[in-house]
Amino acid sequence: MSKKEKQPFIDWFLDSNGATSVAVVILGFLAGIVLLLCIGKNPVGLFTAIKQSIIGKAAKGGGWNFRNVGETLAFSIPYILCGLSMGFAARVGLFNIGAEGQYTMGMLAAHIVAVCIPAFPGQWMLCVLAALVVGAIWGGVVGILKAKYKVSEVVATIMLNYIALYLYPLVCLNMLPQGTFNKTGRTADLASTALLDNFLIKSSNLNIGFFLMLIAVVVYWFIMEKTRLGFSLRATGFNKDAARCSGINDTKAISLSMAISGAFAGLAGACVILGLVRYSKILTSQDNYGFMGIAVALVGNSRALGIFLAGLLFGILKQAYSIMQGMGIPKEVVTVIEGLIVIFIALRSGLSLVKDYRAKAKVRKEVSK
Amino acid sequence: MILLIQYTLIFSSVLILVALGGCFSEHSGVINLGLEGIMVMGALGGALAMKYLPIAIPGFFYVLLVLLAAILFGVVYSSLLAVACINYKADQTIVGTALNMLGTAAATVLVKAINTAENVNNVSSEISYIEPKKKFIAYLGEFEFNWFMVITIIALVVAYVVLYKTRFGLRLMACGEHPQAADSVGINVYKMRWAGVLISGAYGGLGGICYILAGVSIWKFEYGVAGFGFLALAVMIFGQWKPHRIALSALLFGFFRALGNTYTVFEFLVNMKLPSTVYNMMPYIISLIVLALTSSHSRAPKAEGIPYDKSQR
Repeated sequence: MSKKEKQPFIDWFLDSNGATSVAVVILGFLAGIVLLLCIGKNPVGLFTAIKQSIIGKAAKGGGWNFRNVGETLAFSIPYILCGLSMGFAARVGLFNIGAEGQYTMGMLAAHIVAVCIPAFPGQWMLCVLAALVVGAIWGGVVGILKAKYKVSEVVATIMLNYIALYLYPLVCLNMLPQGTFNKTGRTADLASTALLDNFLIKSSNLNIGFFLMLIAVVVYWFIMEKTRLGFSLRATGFNKDAARCSGINDTKAISLSMAISGAFAGLAGACVILGLVRYSKILTSQDNYGFMGIAVALVGNSRALGIFLAGLLFGILKQAYSIMQGMGIPKEVVTVIEGLIVIFIALRSGLSLVKDYRAKAKVRKEVSK
Repeated sequence: MILLIQYTLIFSSVLILVALGGCFSEHSGVINLGLEGIMVMGALGGALAMKYLPIAIPGFFYVLLVLLAAILFGVVYSSLLAVACINYKADQTIVGTALNMLGTAAATVLVKAINTAENVNNVSSEISYIEPKKKFIAYLGEFEFNWFMVITIIALVVAYVVLYKTRFGLRLMACGEHPQAADSVGINVYKMRWAGVLISGAYGGLGGICYILAGVSIWKFEYGVAGFGFLALAVMIFGQWKPHRIALSALLFGFFRALGNTYTVFEFLVNMKLPSTVYNMMPYIISLIVLALTSSHSRAPKAEGIPYDKSQR
């Protein structure tokens, strides 16, 4: 009897992407606990930090600190946007490892507009627009290279990541007006009208970029699931040749999807510099939001809602990362957990082996009957 | 000038070693995007060896032991890629990316744990190897000769001979071109791919220890290897998956990298007033252009990136 009830659960589990994602995340955390025990730290600290970043309260009797919640939500903005970037390309069968570069270029564009144009109300909209356009160009180039010249998008985006990373200080130090604190790695100040305003939890960095992100999630869902364009993109992702045979322009689909994917990442860059950083910092090393976007999209199965939830999870982890520093736990444990989550997700294809085995066992059973 | 040659040679050594690693892996049919992470692990192995080995060991054996430690760490870490991608047919690009994320973070956690265990107040992720480093370097006049230059040449010759002149190498390449055909004549594709990935782990580990010994004598593991693994991938593609061409393109890439560090020595370059980042950007821009021109008739192993499934014909 119990066996009969159990079997459908395994089948349901193997078929459901959502359930495997949750299982994978739990596995990642278990591995993190083992790691903490191995290096002689108390794993409870990890969960205290996580709890603190979700509800703002560390322990019973401890004070409420909503700032943590605000920071968590603020951090999840770039994660979700970069996840959308990765996911959008993934649905078209492309591996956009270049969200990092598109993010950097978007950030640079927003930076330039915020510094060079005299302040006027609503300037942030222009900054965001510039970031969208530049991000789209940076991604679209890859799409064209891929579609026209058959350059592997993985390698091309890696190259562009580094070009963007070097371009940022190049432009900032040589072309933009310099601030008085030149030596501390800043350009002239960002116009205050260009910053994204804080809302709700004023003590934190939670800013209106959150709404931009929500709009982006809806746009992602709408384009992918509800438009003809989205259908042709998904068809190209499933089978490029079949899509071409049924009259879909796959060159256009690939270029366009990379451009849209780049626009999402560019928006993430704008949200970070205008909402999180909030001063004219010159980027000198990669922020890793783009690379983490890969993990976010994988955990979220490249679906809009999935990416949203996964991005929130990564926002929580990022805030826990800062809290853990104060607890004497090496914060890189969080990155290890994230890396393991990605590996476990990649191993999901191993589940199809289990499925095959079960199918074979079933046939064998029927035959022996 | 001497400085430029020295930097070029040492950067090229790193790139050649790591790119050859990628070359072995890809010829067996597995894309190894995790070279960056493997380098970090190799560097960790070597650095730990330098930390714990008594300095009294004679130079040659000392160097050998450090190299072996780096190779061991690289091989063990790359076996993660092998298990996931060959046995469980996971997506190679994703696992490679995960290895990169994991490598730097895991190495940092480990080094931090070791450091705090020694001294509670030490929460840095640094390992210093000022004394051991001297064993890797010999001075020829002003020129700082690094033993890795010799090791790289040996590794290059070995790679060429193994790939083109031995039965093993030809079988390995067959597995990357057409695994089904290879299997049909009795080659065990899974074993060959395992071999390819593990060899790439060994080369990557060597490259990692070479990288951290190149310039400084204190290494902070938080920094990772600053994209050298990815640059090595570019070198490999630029070199069309052939060891001798990889060596040439590594020299080119290494030259530009070195120029970024040493261009102030040359008057005419200083007069051009180009920021140093331009030189750092150069290899990436060149390889992007070359990729655009050559990719449509690329000599990439045909079956790379596709998990081998015996039941599919």
